[in-house]
Amino acid sequence: MLILECPYCGVHAEETELQAGGEAHLKRFGPGSSDEDFHDYLFMRENPKGVHFERWRHVNGCGKWFHAARCTVTLEVFGTYTAQTGTPPQALLDEISTKRPGWTWREFTDASAPHAGAEDAS
Amino acid sequence: MLSVCERSADMSTRLAKQGRLIDRTKQIVFTFNGRSMLGYPGDTLASALLANDQMLVGRSFKYHRPRGLVASGSEEPNALVGLGAGERFEPNQRATTTELFEGLAAQSQNHWPSLEFDVGILNSKLFSRVLTAGFYYKMFIHPKPFWKHVYEPFIRQSAGLGKAPDKELKDADTYEHFYFFADVVIVGGGVAGLQAAKTAAASGAKVLLMEQNAHWGGRAPVDGGTIDGMEAEAWVTKTLDELRAMENVTLRDRMMGAGVYDHGYLLGYERLTDHDPSKGGPRHRLWRIRTKQIITACGAIERPLSFAGNDVPGVMLASAMRDYVVNWGVTPGKRVVVATNNDDAYRTALILQKAGVEIACILDARRLGGGALAAEARAAGIRVEDGRAIAKVADGKRVTKVAICLQDGDGQSIEEIAADAVAMSGGWSPVVHLWSHCGGKLTWDDTQAHFRPDPTRAPISHDGKAFVVTAGTSSGPLELSAVLTDAAQAGATAAQGAGFPAQTADPASAETMPETPMEPVWLMPANADIQHRMKSWLDYQNDVKVSDVQLAAREGFESVEHTKRYTTLGMATDQGKLSNINGLAILADTLGSEIPQVGTTTFRPPYHPISMGAIGGEARGDVFQPLRKTPMYDWHDTNGADWEPVGHWRRPFTFLRDGETVQEAVNREVKNTRENLGLLDASTLGKLVVKGPDAGKFLDMMYTNMMSNLKIGKCRYGLMCSENGFLMDDGVVARVDDDTWLCHTTTGGADRIHAHMEEWLQTEWWDMQVYVANVTEQFAQIAVVGPNARKVLEKLGGMDVSKEALPFMEWRDGDIGGFKARAYRISFSGELSYEIAVAASEGQAFWDALMEAGKEFGVMPYGTEGLHILRAEKGFIMIGDETDGTVIPQDLGLNWALSKKKDDYLGKRAHLRSHMADPDRWKLVGLETVDGSVLPDGAYAVGNGVNGNGQKNTIGRVTSTYFSSNLNRGIAMGLVKQGPKRMGEVISFPGTDGKIYEAKIVDPVFYDKDGEKQNV
Repeated sequence: MLILECPYCGVHAEETELQAGGEAHLKRFGPGSSDEDFHDYLFMRENPKGVHFERWRHVNGCGKWFHAARCTVTLEVFGTYTAQTGTPPQALLDEISTKRPGWTWREFTDASAPHAGAEDAS
Repeated sequence: MLSVCERSADMSTRLAKQGRLIDRTKQIVFTFNGRSMLGYPGDTLASALLANDQMLVGRSFKYHRPRGLVASGSEEPNALVGLGAGERFEPNQRATTTELFEGLAAQSQNHWPSLEFDVGILNSKLFSRVLTAGFYYKMFIHPKPFWKHVYEPFIRQSAGLGKAPDKELKDADTYEHFYFFADVVIVGGGVAGLQAAKTAAASGAKVLLMEQNAHWGGRAPVDGGTIDGMEAEAWVTKTLDELRAMENVTLRDRMMGAGVYDHGYLLGYERLTDHDPSKGGPRHRLWRIRTKQIITACGAIERPLSFAGNDVPGVMLASAMRDYVVNWGVTPGKRVVVATNNDDAYRTALILQKAGVEIACILDARRLGGGALAAEARAAGIRVEDGRAIAKVADGKRVTKVAICLQDGDGQSIEEIAADAVAMSGGWSPVVHLWSHCGGKLTWDDTQAHFRPDPTRAPISHDGKAFVVTAGTSSGPLELSAVLTDAAQAGATAAQGAGFPAQTADPASAETMPETPMEPVWLMPANADIQHRMKSWLDYQNDVKVSDVQLAAREGFESVEHTKRYTTLGMATDQGKLSNINGLAILADTLGSEIPQVGTTTFRPPYHPISMGAIGGEARGDVFQPLRKTPMYDWHDTNGADWEPVGHWRRPFTFLRDGETVQEAVNREVKNTRENLGLLDASTLGKLVVKGPDAGKFLDMMYTNMMSNLKIGKCRYGLMCSENGFLMDDGVVARVDDDTWLCHTTTGGADRIHAHMEEWLQTEWWDMQVYVANVTEQFAQIAVVGPNARKVLEKLGGMDVSKEALPFMEWRDGDIGGFKARAYRISFSGELSYEIAVAASEGQAFWDALMEAGKEFGVMPYGTEGLHILRAEKGFIMIGDETDGTVIPQDLGLNWALSKKKDDYLGKRAHLRSHMADPDRWKLVGLETVDGSVLPDGAYAVGNGVNGNGQKNTIGRVTSTYFSSNLNRGIAMGLVKQGPKRMGEVISFPGTDGKIYEAKIVDPVFYDKDGEKQNV
């Protein structure tokens, strides 16, 4: 049973206090979007072995939704942060890079890794 | 040349001396299969059975072979018994972990008609060639008709271990959960656990030390050796005293570490009264522990040797045999053969000999034999044979003779020895279960031929650091001084991990006999032929033999996880504590692979079965879950309520009067509501206040209808869809003031819809300024329904409830009969109807006032079934009946509630997906049986043709079906393919009762189609 620190009330909440909310940072597609975009928004999810960003709600506590960055293999928690953001805090991304060099998750990636953003020299 | 020496008095018996755990001054009477027997306080059921010469303790699961005790602890696979009777009967209890008490009643399992004479033993003789690995898969496929009448009854009769308790009886005992927080928890109270606890506690950390048995010290007091210059037992007592004197240490015996889970969560299973049911209080206590660090000091388990007849009663683990002698003063036999691949088993021979038991022979499979202990045995006059093995133990209800062969051979017998017991040792495997539960990895140790924890790949906690440390033999070392050094280091590591200053206290120093390395022996003899391998058991409890694993490997089950499932190796209640490594080794050998490459199966909690009662704890009966009651609950209860669970709520299904059936009561209520006056307790309906400058904008996204343009004082029926477009809730929304709306949800939907709104507000539209509050329980709400509804309210007096002052789909605040009330002119019945909300604290008084004033108008309360029928007569949908998570508003003819003015709302985009717009979707219609009877609920309508499985194609299903007392016939609603285009068509619904129900497709509004009754 995981323990996650709620970034709102500061409680180190046990999993029984929390509700899992699936993948974080989904971009909503509404009317006007293509079938493919809408399909992907509804159904396609990351399933990484390693760094993952998730939504959790402190449901039996302060009731707030928040995000957690976690390793799905070791269960290490890199950090939790507010749900009112489109991107994880830079400090957290840096910490993940330190701990999991070369990590990548959707558009987020280890900025310090040699391959990240590197132009194809050939 | 064969030499057979016959002996008579084979028996297990109590010795005149020894038995450090028993109190010989008192006797205990207990029964086994109804036979009265005697034991001593301190005995386990196992030791007491041996003392009474009860070697045969059960029959095996598949072949019903006679089985005896193999072990002395929780790893015991054979001695499973049913304990107690009636409300306290419990099957599959291990005799080895059952402490004896006065009056204990045990029954053996898996036999018919009796333990001594069992018919099923024929399985062994007749079917042993058939019941091989994967026999279920091979046997029961063809022919298909055999399944129901031949195969299934056969499997049902032979499946399952033991007997289930009587389903009509409830467990008479109580159980509880207990929450505990610690810095360091040590599982296992042997010398390693004690040493680790001592070191960890010295740092100041809060320490919990648990031991699964009733006594401390583990194997050390039996195995000998000295610690800090004293006998092991004396050191254990001294260390326990020191720990007990420390305020930061909690000690618990009879408590097992059941499982290690994420981030330092640990379950402890404490058995409080099993050893003394007269004690009272909870029987088991489940400790739900959070700790920073866990030390597993769980010891090691001895492995059996795989030789033919290794399951004959009297064949026992060498360590168990000396446990029985030293701890309980019982010997399983008078003349014992010892078979081993290591030095440790010599201890058994020496201890037994000292206790007066004859050692017929020690067969050491190692070609060069043992070391110092072997020399000591020889010096004591014991016959020791190197490079020798057991070819076969003769079948029977106990050991009578043992055939000896060369370990390097194929099982050719060179001598037969008369013996009544065999002690076997195949080496030791550390107990790695708790280490592995949460991801700790193992490494293969070639020297000891076992898997041990790899400390570089430990279970990881939230901070990325290891939170489980192993101590003592759990880490791998078997020698006492290495065990204590490792344990002290583990104690220091854990304390540091928990944030306490490093205290590398000197470990206790120990002295034991030096040992010569063991040599792996996975099959005895090494080249045993098939006749021998077919009798060499790996998994005693599931009856899996060496030949089964070899067959599985030959048939292509190369993955250890597949072999496990195909052969059922390690899948019994003992989870393969004795069999796993031996099985892996056979699999590796057959595949021509190495054991580490084959790997282990997954270790999952609990370590040892725990009671369902402990898992449930206090949560049973009335406190299983909270019950939600409306303010009028007590009135309903004393006025005939037939309760129906609706979520956590209890609502009256109907109110029964003298002598009425439920159906009669419902018919009466429905008729009376249409003709006179009905009252419904609608307090459970969800009431969400949505408030803020952006509340209207937000509700426009939540509902398919437009809510922002709702006028203050007005109500609107709204639909909510999920982002996938499926209908998830409905209800009436009222505009309270400029920035406040009150949203009614379904009874079951209040919390769910509240959470749904919060989720979108917090995670998508967090810039909107909106608050949502769930005020469901703040109000009592009563639906006043029927032609006399207005009259009763006018009689009570107060606010103007006339058609002009309070038109349909509007609401007003005011005073009714002296109660501060909010009256909504809304109707879920098609009648003139007011739903009136008052403060929850005034609900009962207001209900009483309505009942009193309503007398002259024919008032009657009605329940949820009446509510359902009244709405179904009007064709109103019910979330959960007409919807099931796959239904969209268009299916229900609710297109009018889908706003065309709004650019966006949840579900709008999804409704454009191709399948949502499919004209073949099943759509809502009314259904009338041709003969007026009631359609079966959930019945499917069949059409032409068959599907790929040869089943008739379905074209629709019944979603709601009732008897309408107002129409005096059955009415139903259903979803039918292209339904609205097929009005008047008669379709067939085959019932599960074998009848075919014919029903005509009609308009879903059965009653008052023009809505004249509600607009008065």
